[in-house]
Amino acid sequence: MSVPAAASCDTSPAMRVATLLRDPRLWRGQGAPVAPPSNRPTGCAALDEVLPAGGWPEAALVEILFSADGLGELSLLLPVLAALSSAEKPVVVVAPPYRAYAPAWQRAGVRLSHLHLVEANGKDALWAMEQALRAGCCGAVLGWPMQADDNALRRLQVAAETGQTLGFAFRPMSAQNNPSPAPLRLTLRDGPELRVLKCRGALPPARAIPFRPIQRH
Amino acid sequence: MLWACILLPQLALDAVCRKRNGEQPMCMDAQVSREAGCRERPLALVTGPAQRRVLLDANAAARAAGLVPGQPLLAAQALLQNFLAIDHDPREDERLRRFLAAWAYRYSSMVSLEGDDAILLEVEGSLGLFGPWPRLERMLREDLREMGFQHRIAMAPTPLGACLLAAAQDGLALTGSTHLHHALGRIPVTLARLSDDHTTALAAMGLRRLRQLFALPRAGLARRFGPSLLEHLDRMRGDHPDPRELYRPPDIFEERIELNYEVSYHPALLFPIRRLVNDLATYLSGRDGGVQRFVIALEHEQHSGVDIETTRTPTDGQLPDTEIVVGLLSAERDPARLFDLARSRLERSSIPAPVRALRLVARELPPFVPAGRDLFDERPAQAMPWAALRERLRARLGEDALYQLAGHPDPRPEQALRRSPQLSKEPAPLLLPPRPTWLLPRPMPLRDHSLQILAGPERIESGWWDGGDVRRDYYVVQTSLGQRAWAFRPAGVSDGAWMLHGWFA
Repeated sequence: MSVPAAASCDTSPAMRVATLLRDPRLWRGQGAPVAPPSNRPTGCAALDEVLPAGGWPEAALVEILFSADGLGELSLLLPVLAALSSAEKPVVVVAPPYRAYAPAWQRAGVRLSHLHLVEANGKDALWAMEQALRAGCCGAVLGWPMQADDNALRRLQVAAETGQTLGFAFRPMSAQNNPSPAPLRLTLRDGPELRVLKCRGALPPARAIPFRPIQRH
Repeated sequence: MLWACILLPQLALDAVCRKRNGEQPMCMDAQVSREAGCRERPLALVTGPAQRRVLLDANAAARAAGLVPGQPLLAAQALLQNFLAIDHDPREDERLRRFLAAWAYRYSSMVSLEGDDAILLEVEGSLGLFGPWPRLERMLREDLREMGFQHRIAMAPTPLGACLLAAAQDGLALTGSTHLHHALGRIPVTLARLSDDHTTALAAMGLRRLRQLFALPRAGLARRFGPSLLEHLDRMRGDHPDPRELYRPPDIFEERIELNYEVSYHPALLFPIRRLVNDLATYLSGRDGGVQRFVIALEHEQHSGVDIETTRTPTDGQLPDTEIVVGLLSAERDPARLFDLARSRLERSSIPAPVRALRLVARELPPFVPAGRDLFDERPAQAMPWAALRERLRARLGEDALYQLAGHPDPRPEQALRRSPQLSKEPAPLLLPPRPTWLLPRPMPLRDHSLQILAGPERIESGWWDGGDVRRDYYVVQTSLGQRAWAFRPAGVSDGAWMLHGWFA
């Protein structure tokens, strides 16, 4: 980098670089913090490869947008839920849309003695989710804040960061154009077709991720 | 053995002050206001039959005006126009003594109630844990001051000796028997806890101090006063064994606060509830236990009974008590957490009528096992243990809002789930063909033009014995959107309508 001669009269080049770096107009490429490598693999190698942390983030809200039930939105999480519940961390499921069929969860490796379900509706469900995320004792918290606005999601994200807990928010596909504070957003469409909509620390890949729901028939 | 004696010279008066100050939610510093509250307004306790009311005790302001215990009420009223005369309730004293014994049980396993104004603790065994005596004494005094009791403390090798020393001089601590002997000699005969007959007789004989009594020949004393006086003197000095009936903590906690005015709003009830819960926590840490379930009963206006023991039935025109049940899944004893739970339960319940009194009853007192934590726990510092989070969620969302699931060996999917508030161990896995992760609450028609059968059929035909008879062929199907569903058709029908029963989500 060549310094213009007129400007080098009274300050050293190092000082000038320092002033230049303080200029708010300057854009620097490595601005975003690099996510620490995760030790929670998703169970899907193709997804691990794409995510900046190499797995689920340690303490953040993950938003999963899905267009219909039964596309494998839950089997995406079952490996991490199995790992967390085997590590004797409580997994809290707040206001599930259907009845969780325990034998299938158990078959996927989730330990039922560490799976807790919460019955709540509307505001109470959001409150329960936030409390569970903030408490810091849970392994993962799952919720279906379908109607939640940006503000509510931000609260959940802050709670997940405070409590160092992994949170999953299932949301309808119609929310994909709204901004969201969640550092990781995935979409699951008919097909099933899995895409990363947003991931903090890396550019989301343009192509879909090959994803086959793990279900033995 | 070393005995500490806590003498409560004005227990009845303290009881009244405590009660009156418990109802002033505004005060910032309970201690200051408690003292100030009882000092400002002249107050006297009245006892005796209706024809002859006499003062039992009076507070400092009343004493300054010339009121003394034993004075007839009429004379007192002539001396001071405007003082608060409160009926003395002996049951309240008894209850407080039990409460204090429960508190003292925290510091010693040998606690005994002496007379009606003293508590004795064996402290030699406690010194190893609570440090040297000055430190233990300071702890005792701090607790008593916080609870609002006037007190005098002394320590001596014999229980009776400690009692006498406490009456004579506050803060005396003697360990050797020669010191005790010497100190006892200086105590007036009137303070020696002798029977009234003996005291008057000895005074008439011109004996003022115990030293003079000790110097008299034993044979003569025994002849004149009988063996009981000698035995009393010997127990005092430790020459005669002094077995005592020890306090045993009760297995039920029950406390009651009567309010001086009617309360119909939640916030005004919080302060007395906090006091009740603090008392409960004091009691629990004394017996090293926790509480699993307690009831806060709100007594409404025009309540007849005052007796705690009798079960009350609502008679005409009276409302039954409103009961707020605080149930926990595991034992707990942290006062702040218990209060938090009680408050959220209280806020969810409605108060149908003004409240006159509160009662807290705890019957289920299982042993308390503190939650273990890793030494190198990497969780955030403000983390809340799971048990506390669980109770917080249950307190707001309802007792049944939090549940766990276990499979049940019934072939019918609807019957194959069991909800339970808490699983103690991992349920045994059921060996089943593939099952969906989501089950619909009830089957619904599935309309799709291009369903693709992935697996099946699996026939489920069962339940003829309880009226829930099902005969179905289940298939795993894929819809045109790529969803995987668990659907069924009536058994044996190959082209019936599909009914959706679950999602392989």
